[in-house]
Amino acid sequence: MDKRIVSARAVPRALLSVLILQLRFIVDKKVLMRGSHVIGEAAARAGCRFYAGYPITPQNELTEYMAESMDRLGDGTFIQAESELAAVNMIIGASMSGARAMTSSSSPGISLKQEGISFLAAQELPAVIVNTMRGGPGLGNIAPSQGDYFQATRGGGHGDYRTIVLAPASGQELADLTRTAFEYADSYRTPVLILGDGMMGQMMEPVVFPDPVDIHKLAPKPWILDGARGKRPSRIIRSLLLNPSTEEERNWKLMRKYEMISREITRAESYMTSDAHMVVVAYGTAARIAKGAVKRVREMGLKVGLLRPVTLWPFPEHNLKELSRYVKDFLVFEMSMGQMVEDVKISIEGRSDVHFYGRPGGIISTPDEVAKIINTIYHRRHLEED
Amino acid sequence: MVKKVFGRPKYLKDAPFHYCPGCGHSIIHRLVAEVLEELDIGDITIGVPPAGCAVLAYDYFDVDMGEAPHGRGAAVATGIKRTLPDRIVFSYQGDGDIAAIGTAETIHAANRGENITVIFVNNGCYGMTGGQMAPTTLLGQASTTTPGGRNAARDAAPIDLSEMLAIAHGSVYIERTAVTSPKTIRGTKRAIAKAFKTQMANRGFSLVEILSPCPVNWKMSPVDAVKWIDSAMTKTFPLKVIKDEVGKL
Amino acid sequence: MKKTIFAGFGGQGVLVMGYVFATAVMNDGKETTYLPAYGAEMRGGTANCTVAVSDEEIFSPVASSPDYVVVMNNPSMIKYESVVKPGGIIFINSSLVSKELSRDDITVFKVPSSAIAKKLKNERISNMIMLGAFVEKTKITSLNSIMDALAENMKGKSANLIKLNRKGLDKGAEYVSQGA
Repeated sequence: MDKRIVSARAVPRALLSVLILQLRFIVDKKVLMRGSHVIGEAAARAGCRFYAGYPITPQNELTEYMAESMDRLGDGTFIQAESELAAVNMIIGASMSGARAMTSSSSPGISLKQEGISFLAAQELPAVIVNTMRGGPGLGNIAPSQGDYFQATRGGGHGDYRTIVLAPASGQELADLTRTAFEYADSYRTPVLILGDGMMGQMMEPVVFPDPVDIHKLAPKPWILDGARGKRPSRIIRSLLLNPSTEEERNWKLMRKYEMISREITRAESYMTSDAHMVVVAYGTAARIAKGAVKRVREMGLKVGLLRPVTLWPFPEHNLKELSRYVKDFLVFEMSMGQMVEDVKISIEGRSDVHFYGRPGGIISTPDEVAKIINTIYHRRHLEED
Repeated sequence: MVKKVFGRPKYLKDAPFHYCPGCGHSIIHRLVAEVLEELDIGDITIGVPPAGCAVLAYDYFDVDMGEAPHGRGAAVATGIKRTLPDRIVFSYQGDGDIAAIGTAETIHAANRGENITVIFVNNGCYGMTGGQMAPTTLLGQASTTTPGGRNAARDAAPIDLSEMLAIAHGSVYIERTAVTSPKTIRGTKRAIAKAFKTQMANRGFSLVEILSPCPVNWKMSPVDAVKWIDSAMTKTFPLKVIKDEVGKL
Repeated sequence: MKKTIFAGFGGQGVLVMGYVFATAVMNDGKETTYLPAYGAEMRGGTANCTVAVSDEEIFSPVASSPDYVVVMNNPSMIKYESVVKPGGIIFINSSLVSKELSRDDITVFKVPSSAIAKKLKNERISNMIMLGAFVEKTKITSLNSIMDALAENMKGKSANLIKLNRKGLDKGAEYVSQGA
């Protein structure tokens, strides 16, 4: 057979591998890229082939990137939805039929998506949702904030469920955790939230991307709705379980899954904690500032470290428990008014003192500002002990 | 020699309907299942049931079924159809679901020309929640939230969703039918078949609005309910082809 | 760790300046962050971005007291001259900035970049002239690194345009190295 004649069926696959190759173009190279674009590129490489979203600042660049990349890939779907509600519900449909699907928004839009997130959890559908947090409540502003911690980690929507929450703190981590988010979503069949903020979304940092996955080689999903085709019984994906004992059973099933997730994926970064008398706890952008502050006070001889939760749910309770054996003071630093501090207190169970410092509304503290707070608390403790 | 002349359609499960006596859902379920069988598409069909009385449609249809939140049928169906364009996707929605809480999703799906089929069951009330006013409740019609009858000044006039959808650029076939007599039931089946054929031909958004009795919430006997559709409901919602850009299929 | 704010009118290529600079230092193997102002901050036609460069991990990408500031217009001069770290440097597009510096604890380099650009018959390379001057004096990176980053950024543009940009960079560097 003439090798130039490619069968009609082979064309899309051949085309696809060429496209993936094009995509691979920047793989080995470090690129300077805006955070929102990093998530988009990492999602495409993770095999995301369905994106629906609605415009909102400061994350429009992600939606725009997906519009471009889904077209470029040729086998992806991009829909600019009529609303956040429609977007998340399109994701439900795409996920039901097997696609790796993502939607994204910023705080007010994420509030609107909660209906869908609750359904995703109940129907055990994988999906990735990105929240580029901005100041609030209400419309608030478009500056970086962390005011959605409660919403993100307490479920957000109605009902007894949990959402995996990943909190990247650098461009590279945006790329890596976006890949991880899709993997967790599929393997646990649950929605995964990437919780960033305006700073994470707008800032550019050097990034090296993981290789693109071949979507045809992803683990098969033996539960999707793709038509029984006479080969198997028809399937139902539902959340309504009118019989209380059936609903209870489902809740127990979810709970066992959440316990497994807690055991398997909890993650935190420890920085200079091994000899620390005091530890700052912060995530995302706040953790970068806190790290700068810790470095500064270390230079002054203070024994201070940083614990940065990478998973906000499951929360690194165990790490804090361990630290509280020898750390006397914890300072929780947030770009919100005291939300994560509750989880820190729960983890520490009164063994150490827990202090709080927060700047809401889109204010970005300087490392010096946080260093001053550390200093005050640290020296007060030492005065007491001297 | 015995020949079976009537039986359960292939794509209905062997389960007794939970619907009230005289309710139109069971007839409409059967018609949809017959069409799926006759067009030989049941094996590649994915249905999207609503929140409302028909939420349990997945207990009856023997095809893949994925439940949508209240009103979001068209958005969920969009996600499925775009992911699997060679499958047949339909949403099955009530009047409150499609014409109140899900208006935006429906109009935009129609405007995008999503190649899906919508079965819109209009019984003029919120049946499952106990007979509250629906967007399609007639003027003067009593409901638990319009005890003195629907009043345009207080409650607005009924909404003509199908007519609104006909204005949308991507809708190609919209017909309003009823299930009140053998004749209208045959007409409904023909319309449902045409809607699915429209999708099979990749023509775009198709919808069949079906006026359907709700004797319990209307506080009528099943016979009176059917008569009331013919005499009163069709005056506000006339049975007709509202839009047909498809022609013969 | 060195932090620089580039500021000016939208359309003066202020963001490109920062982006090309950050790309160059990244290619040099250093750590860098680039933070553009966005949203409401951009209203009124001003644009600015902050670039941090370090051999180590960069914590905050924000600069409350930058080591260097490059100002392309009067409003930016008013906004940023006071925040420069004592001992730092301010680079001023003296063609457009009439305001005199009101402090003496920082170094100032005045480059009439708009005028030089006019002489080169393309006012849009005013930003490259400033960047040339900036690199020449700070030595954070080299003009060659800047040029490589720029060429990458201008992929698909005409060779003449790329050459013109190189010329702009060199002119800016020349201007400040002559001690003018």
